[in-house]
Order: sequence, then structure tokens, then C-alpha cells
Amino acid sequence: MTGAEVHPDGAGPATPYSPTEMMTVAAARALADGTVCFVGIGAPSLAANLARRTHAPDLVLVYESGTIGAKPSVPPLSIGDGELAETADTVVSVPEIFTYWLQAGRIDVGFLGAAQIDRFANLNSTVIGPYDRPQVRLPGAGGAPEIAAACRSVIVLIRQNLRTFVDRLDFRTSVGFGDGPGHRERLGLRGGGPQLVITDLGILRPDPATCELVLCQLHPGVQLDEVRARTGWDLAVADELTVSEPPSDAELAALRALQRREAKGSLTSD
Amino acid sequence: MAALMSLAEAVADLVHDGDTVAMEGFTHLIPFAAGHEVIRQRRRDLTLVRLTPDLLYDQLIGMGCCAKLVFSWGGNPGVGSLHRFRDAVERGWPNPVTIEEHTHAGLTMRYVAGAQDLPFLPLRAYAGTDLVGRTANLATIRCPFTGEELAAVAALRPDVAIVHAQQADRRGNVQLWGISGVQKEAVLAARRSLVTVEEVVDRLEPRPGAVVLPSWVVSAVALAPGGAAPSYAAGYYERDNAFYEAWDAISRDRDRFAAWMAEHVLRAPATVGESTVGDGVARNGGEGR
Repeated sequence: MTGAEVHPDGAGPATPYSPTEMMTVAAARALADGTVCFVGIGAPSLAANLARRTHAPDLVLVYESGTIGAKPSVPPLSIGDGELAETADTVVSVPEIFTYWLQAGRIDVGFLGAAQIDRFANLNSTVIGPYDRPQVRLPGAGGAPEIAAACRSVIVLIRQNLRTFVDRLDFRTSVGFGDGPGHRERLGLRGGGPQLVITDLGILRPDPATCELVLCQLHPGVQLDEVRARTGWDLAVADELTVSEPPSDAELAALRALQRREAKGSLTSD
Repeated sequence: MAALMSLAEAVADLVHDGDTVAMEGFTHLIPFAAGHEVIRQRRRDLTLVRLTPDLLYDQLIGMGCCAKLVFSWGGNPGVGSLHRFRDAVERGWPNPVTIEEHTHAGLTMRYVAGAQDLPFLPLRAYAGTDLVGRTANLATIRCPFTGEELAAVAALRPDVAIVHAQQADRRGNVQLWGISGVQKEAVLAARRSLVTVEEVVDRLEPRPGAVVLPSWVVSAVALAPGGAAPSYAAGYYERDNAFYEAWDAISRDRDRFAAWMAEHVLRAPATVGESTVGDGVARNGGEGR
């Protein structure tokens, strides 16, 4: 359904938007102003930059290239684009970003994507199929395992379908809640783990007791049956399911302005 | 003391078949010109090391230079897969490539241990991931003071490190600035090192936050203006994002890839950015340390 335009529920001349735009806007809203956020490239970076353009001007963006407090005008194509360094409060080496800053627990929110997620919000970004004979060799771990381990909380941004929401990961690249309650503590992981999983269909949060993801919120126009059908396990659903506020005109305008300047972006201006 | 020499001479001198070679650069200052010279000189059976193997390593793998890859993230940033890397790992083309796969933090600390000449370093990483048990040079260790269990990674000592910098002076002192990745650690961990530079200047002007590599820790310096393109060199040129996007289609097909390499790399020993320097500085040869 990605790409299909949705008209928000209710009357009024609100702007149509795509499920992907809803996902990005929901992710941006989850970042409180002043938060120190370790940003992965792609969708998380777009959402973080949207937050900075809307309700969170003092969001601190940290990229694994060592740029701390980056303030790009254009969403970067890579985590090391020149504008990140030029606009950063400071640029540190890669050994420093992973030790003094991430490992030491100085980051509030880690913002991650993945190819697969399971019910305990463990993530796979390594391979589809067997490790030694992969059907699809994905890029691999990068900074994700340590981001997932060390940040005070983690937000995961991922499209929801039977390829991504799987009963069993092909590879556990990054630990969410492992095998369930207490596993993070036994592994010595000091961060709080995933607190939010934002998809193109809705929002999931871990149950505090079981650590299993629970569907808490649907995006406008999405039916519960559709979410269940796009989940590879028996999905837990909150007693009181809320509905996301549709993207406002201001949010959509800011998002689309950012996307027009994105990527090839370095040569165009707007 | 670093020898100033041509890129072709430096690669011939420093990079040998079967070597472990780290061509570092974290998005910025990726040593493309030097890597292309390695391809032209048909080096084989290399163990290639890098946190972020991107287009340059895709090219080296596709051209059959690589027997083993030690890495932590192998993709085309913001674009997608590295198709030559995937073809080698998934289908063994043009030759099988074995992998040793880390996290960024883990591979970084392998370099840091190497640079410090320690046998290993501890870190908080890998716990609970499927990398444990699959990744060589990774173990657990108990802290002798607190009893905490930590990951330990073995030191990495490449035979050669190759990095690109903005400037060197005529004595071979090197200065680079902007996003500096793990270049300093790679050079200090390696037995030999080659630095390609945008320009050779009479005197390096100190810059805040710059990495300076004194001449006596560098084996060779070669002039290679434009040598980081299509990545970028802060203060000199921008990242060619359009080429990173175009690479996806070029690299997807084996024949198209081979044709592109033949035209743009094999047949182009002295294109802009890879010209040799004839500034009369005699080679004083030998190893850097």
C-alpha cells in the first residue's frame, strides 16, 4: 500500500498523504525537543531532520561519522556528507564517537531501521536466508548493535509486512529484548532498549511485563485485520487502540520541502 | 620519513599479492585513486579491511583482487546494495570471498589496539547478537576489577594502510581535516602506509581539529589531486552523490561493470586525479617505521 494516497478521516480539505509520509511524521513527533539522537541513515535521518524543522529545533543529531550536533539544510545521502561536518557542534573521530559518546551512555535515543524485526524487537540487518549461503546479503551491522545496546531508548522505523515482521529472524544483528524479560540485563546491556516501533500501519510498544511488542496505535484508515495480516506472529493488541493524528499541512509541507532537497540534493537548492 | 613518489611507484612498492590492506575513509576522503592503481597493477589474494566497504571495495572485489573481506557495514550509503560484493558472497563471482564481519565499534577497536600495539582491547559490544560465535578475532573477557563480562577484539595490524588526505608538505608530513574516520588508527596500526594527497604545499597551516600524521609514521606520500572522487575532500570538492546513485545500475550487471572498469579504470592510468608527480623529490624508500 506504500505510495497509495490516504485522505485523513474526517471532513475538511486536509492534504492527502502516503503511508510512508505518515510513518515519517509519526517518527518525527516521537522526538522531543532537546533530545540527543543517534541517527541512522535513510528514513530515520529524514524523520529526525523533519523533527528539527518542526517541533524540535534543539534536537541534537549525532551521526556515526563523528558529527555531533549536525544541522544539515539538506537530508544527507550518507552518514558522512560534508554538510554534517560543516554544521556540527564538533566532529570527533570514529573511535571517539563509539567509545566516549555511545558506549558511555550519553545518547538519549537511538533511531534505527532494519530488514526484519521480531516480536521482541530484535533486528536483522545482516542476511536473508542462511548466513553461509545467503539469499540476500544485506550491508550488515554497522553501528546498530551498539546503538541498540547503549542508548537510553531506541525507536525503530520499519515498514510492516510479512517479509519484515517475522516470527523468527534469519540473523540477530541487534538486540531488542532478546528472548524476553530479563534478557537485556543478563547480557549486560545498559540502555533501555526499544520503546517505540513505528511502521507505515501504526505504532507498537513493548509490554512492560512480557517485553513483547503490542500494537497501540493505528494510522488513519488502517484496519486492525490488515495489521494482523501483515505480521508474521500472533500480534498482541492494546485494549484501547488509538488512531494517529494525520500529518498536518505544516508537517507535510516541511517533509516535502526536505525531500525535494534530499539526496541528489547537494547540487540542487530550494 | 615518508618518501614522495608517484602513485604507481608507491603501490608497486608497498602493496603485494596476499597482503592485508586497509583503505580507510568514512564516507569522506576515500582513497579511490590509490585503489584504482591497485586494480591496474592486478594485485591478487588481498585481505581487504574497512569499516564501510563501499564503491571502491565493490570495484576491487568485482575485479578479483579480494580473497577475504574484514568489515562492519557493506553497502552503498543511502542507495542500497553493493552488487559486486553481493555477487561474490552469494555466488562466488568472480571468486569466492570469505568474510570476517564486525560491528563498527568492534572493528574500530581492532584498529585502536593495533595502533597502540596492544594484543586486544575490551568493549561493550556484540552481546546477544548472532555475530558471537561466527566472527573471528572476537572473544569475551572478564574484567579483573569489576568482574563484568565484556567483549574483546584482537588487534588488527594490516600490512598496508592507504588513506587520502588534503595536504602534505615537502617533507611528507600529512594533514587531513573534516570527518576523519579511523584513518589515523589505520595508519598507526599498519606496518606500511601510503597517503595520497590533494596537494603538496610548502608549509602545513595548522587547522582546528585536523589530524596530522608526522612524516616519520608514513611510508610514502603520492600526489593524487581528485583522488578521493567520487567521495569528497572537504575544502576541495563535494561528494558526487549522483555517481553513487548511478553506480547501482552500473554494478548490477557483470558485463556492464566489467566494461565500465575497462573504460574508466584499466585504460586510464593517468586521468585527472591520478597523475603522477614529477617534482624531483628523490625517493628515500623503505618502510615508514
